[in-house]
Amino acid sequence: MSAKKKIKTGGIWKKIVGNQMFIPVLAILILVIVNLIKDPSFFVVTMGLNNDGFPVLSGSLISILDNGSELAILAIGMTLVTAASGGQDISVGATIAVAGSAMLRVLCGDNPRPTATQAPVILAFLVACLVGMLCGAFNGALVSAFKIQPMVATLILFTAGRSIAAWINNNELPIVPDPKFAWFAGCIPGIPIPTSVFIAAACIVAIMLVLKFTNLGLYTQAVGINENSSRLNGINPTFIKFLSFVILGLCVAVAALIKVSRISTINYSVIAKDIEMDAILAVALGGNALSGGKFNMWASILGAYIIQFLTTTLYRFKVDSEARPAYKAVVVILLVVSSAPVVRNYFSQLTKRFTSAKKEVA
Amino acid sequence: MNEKRILEMRGIDKTFPGVRALQGVDFFLNEGEIHALMGENGAGKSTLIKVLTGVYTKDGGTISLQGTGEVQIHSPQDAQNLGISTVYQEITLCPNLTVAENMYIGRGKGQITNWKQMNTDAEKLLRSLDIPAKATQQLASCSIAVQQMVAIARAVDMECKVLILDEPTSSLDEQEVEKLFGLMRDLKSRGVGIIFVTHFLDQVYEVCDKITVLRDGQLVGEYEIKDLPRVQLVAKMLGKEMDDLSDIKGEGGGYQGKDSGEDVFEAKDLQSDAGIKPFDFHIKKGEVNGFTGLLGSGRSECVRAIFGADRVLKGSVKMHGKPVKIAKPIDAMKCGIAYLPEDRKVDGIVGDLSVRENIILALQVLTGFFKPFSRAKANAFADEYIKKLNIKTASADTPIKSLSGGNQQKVILARWLLMHPDYLILDEPTRGIDVGTKVDIQKLVLELASEGMSVTFISSETDEMLRTCSRLVVMRDRKVVGELSGDDLTQNKIMSTIAGGESKA
Repeated sequence: MSAKKKIKTGGIWKKIVGNQMFIPVLAILILVIVNLIKDPSFFVVTMGLNNDGFPVLSGSLISILDNGSELAILAIGMTLVTAASGGQDISVGATIAVAGSAMLRVLCGDNPRPTATQAPVILAFLVACLVGMLCGAFNGALVSAFKIQPMVATLILFTAGRSIAAWINNNELPIVPDPKFAWFAGCIPGIPIPTSVFIAAACIVAIMLVLKFTNLGLYTQAVGINENSSRLNGINPTFIKFLSFVILGLCVAVAALIKVSRISTINYSVIAKDIEMDAILAVALGGNALSGGKFNMWASILGAYIIQFLTTTLYRFKVDSEARPAYKAVVVILLVVSSAPVVRNYFSQLTKRFTSAKKEVA
Repeated sequence: MNEKRILEMRGIDKTFPGVRALQGVDFFLNEGEIHALMGENGAGKSTLIKVLTGVYTKDGGTISLQGTGEVQIHSPQDAQNLGISTVYQEITLCPNLTVAENMYIGRGKGQITNWKQMNTDAEKLLRSLDIPAKATQQLASCSIAVQQMVAIARAVDMECKVLILDEPTSSLDEQEVEKLFGLMRDLKSRGVGIIFVTHFLDQVYEVCDKITVLRDGQLVGEYEIKDLPRVQLVAKMLGKEMDDLSDIKGEGGGYQGKDSGEDVFEAKDLQSDAGIKPFDFHIKKGEVNGFTGLLGSGRSECVRAIFGADRVLKGSVKMHGKPVKIAKPIDAMKCGIAYLPEDRKVDGIVGDLSVRENIILALQVLTGFFKPFSRAKANAFADEYIKKLNIKTASADTPIKSLSGGNQQKVILARWLLMHPDYLILDEPTRGIDVGTKVDIQKLVLELASEGMSVTFISSETDEMLRTCSRLVVMRDRKVVGELSGDDLTQNKIMSTIAGGESKA
């Protein structure tokens, strides 16, 4: 009876360890434990008043959710691009600048210091979406129709994007006069949680609904795994790859809204700098193959929040801002190596031997 | 250990999740012997080979070699160092390197490659084996057959004691097979032990000395070739008497298409960019017909043009008498045409996806992007066909790539049957799969036809076509050169039609 139970628990253990979510979840747990030991006040969430005198929640956890929003949203699109094309889009940081700049242009018009917004925010956001999707379509067309490697294709906008962004506003840095615009990243009066958290949540719900009620997931994976076979089964691989880039473009526009809203203006050379690498990393941390094919959307999103969790933790530990990337790199190496198939196989062999030895003893 | 015995495998065990692939299998190989390893798909042949070559680690048993005694083989490199070379069914060379590079890649002892020396060595070896390729030619520019021979040349040059040929002949034509056999006999006389895995019974009886038969991961027995007539070999592989096979033989030539039916599909002057001459073609309801011809004669290209798999250049197509336009596969699928492609690995399976997803794929695409099947429905579809076609898989969740070749083929077949097509095209559905599955597929084709489905069947094995088809379109040099039906459906007639030009001259 007890032996039977042991085998059963062994099976469950194997199932847990074998799951793609195991490493990301373990990483979160370790970060939580480290913070608990070092400084339990990390987890304290307090209700305070913000600059405008409204009650808001504050604390490290809130800041992780808040600041991780853009990355989580980008991770969604990046996962699809990676799965379908077997490559990555390195232009997302630059295209955030482009979409953000377009948004400001609509909001502020010709005058960089307007006294009132020149157009409704929703219009500005829709224009940003259009611009983001156009950038995505440009990348997507190069990759899908012209069969250029994704990294090379997106290198074009990576290089040119920030200049285009500056050109859209004649190199001015327009400031949005309406304080309400800051609500998209900050808090709407009366709601104590930052709006960006809700935006990210809305994006996550949206993609989950799309994956559930369409065949986007199946088509994307099929194209990523075997393009020939997908085509012979009636799928249009060119379109699916193109679509994945356009969806990423939409994610870029949403991320741009939050980024611009944070400061109500833009800095072309700094906004969303290096975020493309974090977005790719989020996909990889989730255990998704960067060579495309099968993917797990939840794992990528979790990956994005791990990166933010790590950043916030290092910030709390007062690690020098110059030294932070190095610490981050160490953790990333550990995570990536531990999720490599070679290492995982080795450990599953080890546990197998361990459990069989235990069985013999019993 | 016997003195002439160069390889001794005893009590080999190997378990995969959910499947016991090998259970206590013994295998012995003597010096200068060509030893056939036979069995149905999933019998464990490939697994045994992969254990021997270090691709898989065995769970139990011992492997001993002449001279060295018991050995542990952990990687293909180990196997190579011990003098065990393999040529796999699927070509495992690098198509973008040259022939010479492919022959010598990964074998240099030092860091420096003497390119000139390598090229002259390769050229010499190619010439001595009569392989029509240049050392400096890019491998991808050679035909599949030549690529296969280069792989063998690579193995031969590795001073091997044990040479494993895993389905080397499945993509070779007759003359090339003859050449390969010449090469095998030559190696045999030099004392090399050859393990030959194949599904072609004729070839086994032509070239082998001994046969070891596996079934369901277990050893059935080892036999001298002269002691085991074909019928008995097949019976041992199948684990049953010959009823099934003789059944279908009995129908041979007896099956006639329903002449009364209307044309389901009709093509006029059809041409694709794959280099075939424009051709006319039609098929009636409930008819089974086929394209025949030598390898590379354009059989596959014709059906690919029908399905819209290659770019269609010109021609008109009618489905049920109504003109339709088929520019891409989805158009054909909407017309009720299904196509099982020739190259299972490249065009058929979606490797990392589960058996279930692979089964529902075509119907799902046809149903529409916004109408995914519920999990329960997908499961029901998968379970229905896993049972119907007797697909051996641990579960519907298993990735298709971990199934054996024949079972993968059945999954692809299930995918198209699930679509309930009016017109089913099967391009080499029986290539590289075992006798049992072959018979299953042939029977299924006839069954489907009797239910009113039209089927076009392509096979390299003429007798298989004769058994199933009531009309054959004969091709030569990418052109349709004749059509045979009724009493004309004989081996001789097909051969003479294929040869055509020469017999007239």
